[in-house]
Amino acid sequence: MISTIRKFVTAVEETRLEMGQVVSPASRRVMSAAIIENPFAGRFAADLEALMTIGAELGELLTRRGVEALEVDPAAIQSFGKAAAVGENGELEHAAAILHPRLGAPMRDVLGGGKALVPSSKKMSAPGQSIDVPLGHKNAAYVRSHFDAMELSCPDAPQPNEIVVAIALATGGRPLPRIGGLTHETAQGDDGLR
Amino acid sequence: MPEPILRKKAIVVEEIFHEGGPAVEKPLRRAAAIAVIKNPFASQYVENIEGFMDDLKPLGVEMAGDLLKALGGDASVVEGYGKGAIVGSAGEVEHGALWHVPGGYSMREILPASNAIVPSTKKLGGPGTRLDVPITHCNASYVRSHFDAMEIGINDAPKADEILLVLVMTTGARIHARVGGLKASDVKGEDGLR
Repeated sequence: MISTIRKFVTAVEETRLEMGQVVSPASRRVMSAAIIENPFAGRFAADLEALMTIGAELGELLTRRGVEALEVDPAAIQSFGKAAAVGENGELEHAAAILHPRLGAPMRDVLGGGKALVPSSKKMSAPGQSIDVPLGHKNAAYVRSHFDAMELSCPDAPQPNEIVVAIALATGGRPLPRIGGLTHETAQGDDGLR
Repeated sequence: MPEPILRKKAIVVEEIFHEGGPAVEKPLRRAAAIAVIKNPFASQYVENIEGFMDDLKPLGVEMAGDLLKALGGDASVVEGYGKGAIVGSAGEVEHGALWHVPGGYSMREILPASNAIVPSTKKLGGPGTRLDVPITHCNASYVRSHFDAMEIGINDAPKADEILLVLVMTTGARIHARVGGLKASDVKGEDGLR
């Protein structure tokens, strides 16, 4: 283990009713997050390799924990997303170093594929502030029914020297999709877009 | 379908000179255009809502124009974009999804090289709710230096029967981008991805 993890936060949401309508099957999604120590807190480091390595490690770990929490086969995951919130002694680039170079590949390995770009967000954050993790279809970014997001906030994180790293996974789209466009069923999924 | 009823608009421009590292010559600018409208579908389940996407197009075009004006009026300085929505508590997340087509269309209409999907996020929330609007390069989603996000919110919106709509544009990479990957200067710009 390379990351120094203070805590994990895992939240499973299951939506059964939306605006009085029964959602069937229930919409299920998970937020799987870790709160880690920022090895570069309080100083400017040109080389962020250590955070890229942490990204690879968390990509595998958080995805596996998320799938386990949903109690589904990894192949049942239809959409994904990722985000990081950096405590005040860090820098926005620290979030980028964790999320972009190496986190996606192990995430896709756990899920058994995923041709689309993993949608992401990042921010500087005080403890308790929320972060919105975007969700998109894992094989075709333009699937309109699956554009979604999950909000995470931890009352005690990120502390100034910490980073919250989160991934979100869902077994379907929004609870009641009805604005047209590409769907899970009509997507080709070859180019990551449609 | 009803015309959108506008209660207020806001423009926020951030100008970033450094973030603990070396100051740059040309500061990064991130701008958000926010509009608060009445949710015509609040407090009831309406099956057929798709037509409202067309009604939102003129507002989207207006907001994209406001953004460009806030950034100096020259579309060629815009390198990144994103969009989002916060739906008041008497609505459903699907009402926020109505913003995908008109929000994306309005920015891509006025930006010359905009082949990339416009990243997005949405959620339900009360007045003062903050939203992390994801940002990617306008012409190639995988440009690593341009993955970013901007947190927005308005203290008195959205009320229960309102929707807060937002568009975001940026003028460049994260201020201390240094995690490798595809560079904006190496973009082919054919498929919206690379």
